[in-house]
Amino acid sequence: MLSYDIVIIGGGPAGLAAAAAAKKAGTDSILILERDHELGGILNQCIHNGFGLHTFKEELTGPEYAYRFEKEVYDLGIEYKLNTMVMDISADRIVTAMNRTDGMIQIKAGAVVLAMGCRERPRGALNTPGYRPAGIFSAGTAQRLVNIEGYLPGREVVILGSGDIGLIMARRMTLEGAKVKVVAEVMPYSGGLKRNIVQCLDDYGIPLKLSHTVIDIEGKERVTAVTIAEVGPDRKPIPGTEERYTCDTLLLSVGLIPENELSRSAGVEMNPITNGPVVNESLETSIPGVFACGNVLHVHDLVDYVSEEAKRAGENAAKYVQAGGKGSEGNEIKLIATDGARYTVPSTINVNRMDDLLTVRFRVGAVYQDSYVSVYFNDERVMHNKKRVLAPGEMENVILQKAKLKDFKDLKTITVKIEKD
Amino acid sequence: MTYDVIIIGAGVSGAASARELSKYKLNVCVLEKAEDVCAGTSKANSAIIHAGFDAPEGSLMAKLNVRGNEMMDELSKDLDIPFKRNGSLVVCIHKEELDGLKDLYNRGVANGVKGLKILSREEVLELEPNLSDNVEGALYAPTGGIVCPFILNIAMAENANVNGVDFRFNTEVETLKRKDDGLWHIRTNNGEYTARYVVNAAGVHADIFHNMVSAEKIHITPRRGDYCLLDKEMGSHVTHTIFPQPTKLGKGVLVSPTVHGNLIVGPTAIDITDKEATATTQEGIDDLISKASLHVKDLPVARKVITSFAGLRAHEDHHEFIIKELPDAPHFIDCAGIESPGLTSSPAIGEMVAGIIADIEKPEKKENWNGKRKGIVDPKVMTLEERNELIKKDPAYGNIICRCESISEGEILDAIHRPLGARSLDGVKRRTRAGMGRCQAGFCSPRVMEIINRELGIPMEKITKSGGSSNIVLERTKAMKGDE
Repeated sequence: MLSYDIVIIGGGPAGLAAAAAAKKAGTDSILILERDHELGGILNQCIHNGFGLHTFKEELTGPEYAYRFEKEVYDLGIEYKLNTMVMDISADRIVTAMNRTDGMIQIKAGAVVLAMGCRERPRGALNTPGYRPAGIFSAGTAQRLVNIEGYLPGREVVILGSGDIGLIMARRMTLEGAKVKVVAEVMPYSGGLKRNIVQCLDDYGIPLKLSHTVIDIEGKERVTAVTIAEVGPDRKPIPGTEERYTCDTLLLSVGLIPENELSRSAGVEMNPITNGPVVNESLETSIPGVFACGNVLHVHDLVDYVSEEAKRAGENAAKYVQAGGKGSEGNEIKLIATDGARYTVPSTINVNRMDDLLTVRFRVGAVYQDSYVSVYFNDERVMHNKKRVLAPGEMENVILQKAKLKDFKDLKTITVKIEKD
Repeated sequence: MTYDVIIIGAGVSGAASARELSKYKLNVCVLEKAEDVCAGTSKANSAIIHAGFDAPEGSLMAKLNVRGNEMMDELSKDLDIPFKRNGSLVVCIHKEELDGLKDLYNRGVANGVKGLKILSREEVLELEPNLSDNVEGALYAPTGGIVCPFILNIAMAENANVNGVDFRFNTEVETLKRKDDGLWHIRTNNGEYTARYVVNAAGVHADIFHNMVSAEKIHITPRRGDYCLLDKEMGSHVTHTIFPQPTKLGKGVLVSPTVHGNLIVGPTAIDITDKEATATTQEGIDDLISKASLHVKDLPVARKVITSFAGLRAHEDHHEFIIKELPDAPHFIDCAGIESPGLTSSPAIGEMVAGIIADIEKPEKKENWNGKRKGIVDPKVMTLEERNELIKKDPAYGNIICRCESISEGEILDAIHRPLGARSLDGVKRRTRAGMGRCQAGFCSPRVMEIINRELGIPMEKITKSGGSSNIVLERTKAMKGDE
């Protein structure tokens, strides 16, 4: 059986950054398994710019951003297998993978880094009534068809959902000569970044209809029309508000789901809010030696944060392997997200293992204006940061200092919440 | 060309009839308006092999249901069809309706259904702990089963084809008439066909052809059934097929595992007029969710649904199969009103149709008829060694195309190149399950398109979801046009 110190599942931005960081942290035996025919993951089809503002202080396209990390992996001499699908990960870290040339192989891993990314929620999951013709695409599939395959999936488009890929595709389809008639969003706020609403919809005069959803799809062979309606606070359509749009295409950008089939079959404990693994301060899952980072852990808004998180996962995986697979002793402090904060990553902190500064990421469940992000150590409020706007589409964070956690007597819980004052 | 027999429709009834007729030295041709077999009612149903206690005693439906059910063991082995006798339960949730179970039991016994048993509340809850707390008892039918409806249909058609039956797709029958030459002249959008016999297996459209040739009119109502298919996570929520007690409108909303490990919930029963209107409605979906939850608890349909769809049952006004040579239209054999339990009955329907023709025609049997078919291999059931052997022989089996269902390129190539092979995304999907998982083809559809393009030489812009104008992409992007 093949054996590596660290096996990284996925060669997208998370896997690449984790691999490079682990190598730099002193672990040589690393293998990246990537199912596509090239490294870079979903960034390869994200040909728009705006990537890397935080990491490189410049605006890169997706493939350019990915290449910075690919090059690092090449330069560091890290091994990778392309066109290789991971079929299974066992609880004792045996990775089963398959490709055309090796066949089905098993690899013993000292540590595993889960970096499989996420996938799009399909139409079926929405239970949208109507026909099931051709011309209904998730936004990412349409993006692949346009940017990778070079084909136009439609000429008259309605978009349901205002996730970032949907917004990006509204602009992309417009630039390709298609007419994007409307973007409908079932929530009273957009799920995407503000800058994408401005640059991809407003700049092209594409209307965004909040609190609207698709209630009927027409067309027996190809989509011929879509009807949208306003929804009430219960998200149920309001009779009399129907608007019918003739179109040949319906794009869906209605949410991303971390791709955790492998994590589940390995027996990793999952967080029902993020649909990703529960992790500690080291980004280690409930299975020792199995780490997670990037969109498989929780869906990010910016790839810069993915890279940063993945770097930590890679370093911690290296640390784990170098310590001979032993964790350090110490109490686990529980993180609690409440009052508007939906979740936190990580879920627990062991002070002995944490870095001097630890970024805790979270998302809010609704739009908040002029509110505070508060952090409580047990019952004592220790942070109270004023925010002009908090929105579900943007990931938030608080930074914890190890020294402060250490100094706090009998610290059991850290609570993150949103407060009006 | 003049055929001995032309069958209108390549659904389960048409395919089963074709396979049975292929045993004889007859020239047989199936005309199908869609681009593939299994494109109408046969592709959208409960995927159930019914035990046979439901149909009225003495009816043709009852007879063919029980016979079809009995035939499934051998047929599924011969044709490599995914089939499982998981048993079915008709669940009673109102004490005052317990007598209804007894009626069903008696009807089942009269119909010749074996192994029926009435279970107490305790017995049924032991079999199915996720049934409603209100359960009072159940009728248990161990012969009830689940099947892959696509493969049942496809396998019978493939096997018929291998044994010499022609299939003409994208060929829609417009009119037909028996002329003085004693032949049926069938006008289609693809020219005229002539045949000595016609089998009318046109599903919801069967009344149209029947009424063209007979003075005794029939009327078929498309009765729509909405379904929700749930994620495999829910696949073992129940292990038997759970029916409510039947009503006038049918067998009601069932909850059942599928043979591939999903959970299916449905159907509704809504009479409509448009014979192609397979659109689901919000009311339909809401209705089936509420009904299913009466008998099965903790059923998170809305959260775990991966797709919803609707099928049309061919409901004849008298709720009975019509399978016979028409008295006023010689050599025209109806195979009409095939609604539930039509899928179950299909092998027996084929037998009966072929029997009618054989009785008149007394054809010779073929000596070299081969009733066996090897399905597309399923590497998932292989050991590591077997799988590696397969990949060594054909590396395409090492390349996963559909992530959710773990379908390899090798399986897709087989689906495309076998007899009556797939030419569309849905054709590949129904043969291999690529695109049938929880991402519903978001990941694999561009990849499957590339394979179809490469293998069949169909330009990307011409590849369809399911024939006709169901094209996926419309043209090259501007940048690519510039390059070309």
